[in-house]
Amino acid sequence: MWKFHRWFERHSLILLIGILVVVSIGGLVQITPLFFIESTIERVQGVRPYTPLELAGRQIYIREGCYVCHSQMIRPLRDEVERYGHYSLAAESMYDHPFQWGSKRTGPDLARVGGRYSDEWHRAHLVDPRSVVPESVMPPYAFLEAKELDVSHMRAHLTANRLLRVPYTQAQLANANADARAQAEPTGDGAYDFEKRYPGLASRDYDGDPSRVTEMDALIAYLQMLGTEVDFSTYQAEDPANLR
Amino acid sequence: MADIQVRQSAGLDVAGVGAILALGVVLAIFGAAWAVDAPFQTQMYTLLAACTLGLGGLVLVCADDPACFSRGRYEDGVVKAGVIAAMFWGVAGLLVGVIIAAQLSFPNIFYFPDLGWTNFGRLRPLHTSAVIFAFGGNVLIATSFYVVQRTCRARLAGGAWPWFVFWGYQLFILLAGTGYLMGITEGREYAEPPWYADLWLTLVWVVYLLVFLATLWKRKEPHIYVANWFYLAFIVTIAMLHIVNNLAVPASFTGSQSYSLFAGVQDALTQWWYGHNAVGFFLTAGFLAIMYYFIPKQAERPVYSYRLSIIHFWALIFLYIWAGPHHLHYTALPQWAQTLGMTFSIMLWMPSWGGMINGLMTLSGAWDKLRTDPVLRMLVVSVAFYGMSTFEGPVMSIRAVNSLSHYTDWTIGHVHSGALGWVGYVSFGALYCLTPWLWKRERLYSNALVEWHFWISTIGIVLYITSMWVAGIMQGLMWRAYNELGFLEYSFVETVEAMHPYYIIRALGGGLYLLGALLMVYNLWRTARGDAPAKERAADIPAAAQSAATLAAE
Repeated sequence: MWKFHRWFERHSLILLIGILVVVSIGGLVQITPLFFIESTIERVQGVRPYTPLELAGRQIYIREGCYVCHSQMIRPLRDEVERYGHYSLAAESMYDHPFQWGSKRTGPDLARVGGRYSDEWHRAHLVDPRSVVPESVMPPYAFLEAKELDVSHMRAHLTANRLLRVPYTQAQLANANADARAQAEPTGDGAYDFEKRYPGLASRDYDGDPSRVTEMDALIAYLQMLGTEVDFSTYQAEDPANLR
Repeated sequence: MADIQVRQSAGLDVAGVGAILALGVVLAIFGAAWAVDAPFQTQMYTLLAACTLGLGGLVLVCADDPACFSRGRYEDGVVKAGVIAAMFWGVAGLLVGVIIAAQLSFPNIFYFPDLGWTNFGRLRPLHTSAVIFAFGGNVLIATSFYVVQRTCRARLAGGAWPWFVFWGYQLFILLAGTGYLMGITEGREYAEPPWYADLWLTLVWVVYLLVFLATLWKRKEPHIYVANWFYLAFIVTIAMLHIVNNLAVPASFTGSQSYSLFAGVQDALTQWWYGHNAVGFFLTAGFLAIMYYFIPKQAERPVYSYRLSIIHFWALIFLYIWAGPHHLHYTALPQWAQTLGMTFSIMLWMPSWGGMINGLMTLSGAWDKLRTDPVLRMLVVSVAFYGMSTFEGPVMSIRAVNSLSHYTDWTIGHVHSGALGWVGYVSFGALYCLTPWLWKRERLYSNALVEWHFWISTIGIVLYITSMWVAGIMQGLMWRAYNELGFLEYSFVETVEAMHPYYIIRALGGGLYLLGALLMVYNLWRTARGDAPAKERAADIPAAAQSAATLAAE
């Protein structure tokens, strides 16, 4: 048996192919079924693509590395469900390119932070975290408030997502740049059209400065929608179809 | 005849590298001209400067002698460059680590509201990438280029191409690192570099694989030495992981942002398939190769067991790939995948310890050297840390244990016992070996400084991992604590407050580790310069000559 191994030791290409075969198996068995087994992602009502403003906010969330300290994945453990809300479903991140489940909670989980605090609290907290939570170790993000949001490429961002099968409509694509501003300008001209294109959503000023659309607007818009899409009064966790 | 052949092939390699650099110049100019965001423009200027410098350097070096990259028995220049780069990035990465540890300990002192780029969220990827990919990567490239030449008794293949690998890799690090500071990231841990840096690394990595393989093909030994199996597995598997995990659609081909090809649960498992095997193949297989060359060499003993190395090699690379889902216990990942990940993680304990046993038992008959040779001690202690963290890992992959440890600083402690203890120490040991060998010095400048390095760093590691154990387990328990009325006992921020003393101890431990690394850099620099310590110099000179010298001086 040991002589047989000489084959690998004397031929670099056979060794190379042997390695490739051996290291491919695990990934093929574990990852590929996730694309084919239908029950991998639950069927739920309410999960929708991000609005342009939320998507811009999400890109800021990623840019600032929020995911290195905040998870977005509530585990089905008693204390987590009581602390953060219903455990996270796979369906809730089905349009997340990339996922932001995180791996560390230096700060709390944010999967259902949407609607828990007021916009004003988020603004104050992001500008100076220790002004509202004295023991916090979070960095300050005051500069977001000073920076005008660049919406000029939102259409390209939505188009890239649509390529990845995120179901944006043609109208949403065509008006992406305008909608990004309109969502944060409730008194502006575009607010009505925005609300028509994204039913159930209301345009509002997030950062307390109605005269400008800033990166702070975008980030708070994203934070305020996190985990709010699924109506859990209609979701049956015990239903056999939902057991995985 | 042979010389003409060398000249012809030498011309080809220089032309090939030159063509890539010229293409880089052209792409960088177009990219900068049409950039849709300012950070991307800065990155393109960086690329432009790097490719222009590279072209200029190539012309300067090769103008007189196109075959200059193919002369001599061994190509040691690129290994020397790798040693220097590893020392530089090592200190830089550790320094950033100490800074971010200080930020978590004293947020009021180390955060600056006007300097968003110094925030923890941007510096943390800089730290992880600098220590793993910049320091670790350079150690791996340098040692692999050294080891493959010696164990094949052949000069590194490809002429100028190994230099392309070295400088191309530094450019990747530069693009990634400066990108993080400007806020360019793909948002997945350890796979943060942007799409164009990923493409560049793919090119560099394929060349690396070809250089390594072509050197194997030139070998004058019938067998491929065991260290080279591990290097080959590391190179080819990292290529596979890197390519699959970084598949993405750019929002614009002249912009820094992109969207991962996969979403949600599929993206999560792909990422941790990559992430855990960055540990398995970058930080384990590659560094095991270092162990398999440098420990036998420094101990002057053969590898303990040939059969054990065969078994543990194939078992290790087969099992590691399955372990990713243990990063996703209790998440929305289907349970069957979690269970598979846990099962294979526990099985992984066996080949891991197979490697540890093979490394440690190589000292059979040479254990006394641990007393007298601090470099060998560093190498051996690294293997001991490897054994410890590869025992802790399977324990933490058990779902019940993971429900406590996940999301806490226990994970951070675990990672650092492997990173500081295993990867760090085996790298330092290799650098201590390589420097005198490469610069042709009889010995290190100072063995006493190696002793200091060893003990200061070891105290640092102990402070680091014990504080993180306590902090992590405490935080996990506080999160799930209930009071007698059935309510959660602690708010989240109370658990943050409780971390404070442990974060300070951790920063202190990291600081000590950095101090040790600085001692090493000083020691290696003096070694490379050819300095001998004053005390040893005096002792080396015979007494008669000494008094004669004294007389002459008077």
